[in-house]
Amino acid sequence: MSTQFVLSTFEINEIENQKKYYENYKAIAIEALKIVQKQRGWVSDLAIIEIAKILNINSSDIESIATFYSQIYRQPVGRNIIRYCDSVVCYLTGYQKIKKALENHLSIKTGHTTLDQRFTLLPICCLGNCDKSPTIMINEDLHSKLTPESALNLLESYK
Amino acid sequence: MNNKINRLEETHPLTWRMRDDKKTVWIKEYCNKNGYIAFKKTLHQKTSKDVINLVKESDLKGRGGAGFPTGLKWSLMPDNIHDKKEHRYLLCNADEMEPGTYKDRFLIEQLPHQLIEGMLLSAFAIQATRGYIFLRGEYIKGEHVLKKAIQEASNFGYIGKNILNSGFNFNLFLHTGAGRYICGEETALINSLEGRRANPRFKPPFPAMFGLWGKPTCVNNVETLSNVPAIVLHGPHWYKTLSHSSDTGTKLMGFSGNVNNPGVWELPFGITAREILEDYALGMKSGLSLKAWQPGGAGTDFLVSKHLDLSMDFNTITKAGSRLGTALSMAVDNKTNMVSLVYNIEKFFARESCGLCTPCRDGLPWIVKILYSLKNKEGQTNDIKNLEKLCFSLGPGKTFCAHAPGAIEPLQSAMKYFRSEFEAGINIKNQI
Repeated sequence: MSTQFVLSTFEINEIENQKKYYENYKAIAIEALKIVQKQRGWVSDLAIIEIAKILNINSSDIESIATFYSQIYRQPVGRNIIRYCDSVVCYLTGYQKIKKALENHLSIKTGHTTLDQRFTLLPICCLGNCDKSPTIMINEDLHSKLTPESALNLLESYK
Repeated sequence: MNNKINRLEETHPLTWRMRDDKKTVWIKEYCNKNGYIAFKKTLHQKTSKDVINLVKESDLKGRGGAGFPTGLKWSLMPDNIHDKKEHRYLLCNADEMEPGTYKDRFLIEQLPHQLIEGMLLSAFAIQATRGYIFLRGEYIKGEHVLKKAIQEASNFGYIGKNILNSGFNFNLFLHTGAGRYICGEETALINSLEGRRANPRFKPPFPAMFGLWGKPTCVNNVETLSNVPAIVLHGPHWYKTLSHSSDTGTKLMGFSGNVNNPGVWELPFGITAREILEDYALGMKSGLSLKAWQPGGAGTDFLVSKHLDLSMDFNTITKAGSRLGTALSMAVDNKTNMVSLVYNIEKFFARESCGLCTPCRDGLPWIVKILYSLKNKEGQTNDIKNLEKLCFSLGPGKTFCAHAPGAIEPLQSAMKYFRSEFEAGINIKNQI
């Protein structure tokens, strides 16, 4: 297996572009991880080393950030990420049934990816959509007032 | 918004500009609705001290949950600037992640310019030259809206150098997070913005003296900042008349849970929770009755039906044994088991502990384990005693920040009002 990993020109430019917003370039670290993740789906160990090089920060510092924030993925994920809100209002309005329906339909447990790499299922903190709960987010789309059936119907539009 | 509310500029400073179709109010419409007038007048007619005094006189309290007086917080910023090249920072805390809270999203998505005008006025008051809106990464629509709104405000000449030839400089940037509830704690937010783990910092020094990159920094919540334009435009006396209680102005309040019309409304302080629940949220769903409620987010103590007639303001709710918090209330129905509900809440707090201090890092998962066994009727004889001990060990003053003290509030109040449900979780076979 090749150990070559090169950040694309686009990724480097996007990261460099962030420098105008901050006094200290260390502040770009989290955004840099997000930029790389947006292109590749997740952030590998080798990607962390490359990000550390262009920001001139120790790679263990970048690693410590990457492992802290829940929206940075340190292992490959599916093409679509389903994040169900498991906070207290969605608990009252029945997120558990939606979670169960998704797990059964996709034949995976929370935290896992389907064999065809189409979906990864994850929990998420309160999505601030409590008046329209239960709520899930698929990639960047918010879906509200769900039932187990309507949640499963959504999946068709995510290939 | 509920149709029954007649939103007027005189009575609803936060929401009167909102559109009935709930679409974003962009800059032209905002300006047509008296937007940026307060800012333009202030730039040429007022000093920074004038603005601080106006906000002090208004008695505006922070809307992020703690209720600290905003004018006082601003006046903690160092008065004299020795080196004009040094930046001072205004940070907008838009990292809304408290379970049960959905008010900042409402303001960001529909009225971004009210927030930006509030930030401009606040920056002028504390002489900040740079500002960041720290937005939680999951608010995708909010990110698009704020990016466009900041660009619009720049195009109109309201952001940048020598704004409208006043000599005032202020640059505003949007910074998005990558998940973690603790980023909403003001010093953890600063650490996260600096590109570190979002661990809270020890205070003192306070951010006003040593904040972002060691410079004077003020952190205010979205709703707090959104109140500033109306206070400056119409004055503190008018602002005080809006309220029916000792806390001034209006507040975004609401009810969620199994109610008929969950939502958020701009209401005067002093309204009762019963009025919100019955008149706006239209009561509990058919076949359900109210068992308990949290006044303002997952980290506030449960109250019960007898507290519904109390005034929704900081002092009254504190006296009743809880906190107003974000004032976005949640109704618990009679079919919900309190142990299971509290298990859900504590699992959230345990997952979101930043891990910096031991009581929080180790105590919260312990609470979760005990609640799990009680929920499954497999509890041990000492479980309730241990939970009480843990509530003591994680209480105020024993941890680095307010995460653990907030986490135990729902637990201790649930044990106070619904102790029998916890006792029912102890397995008779485990009794010695």
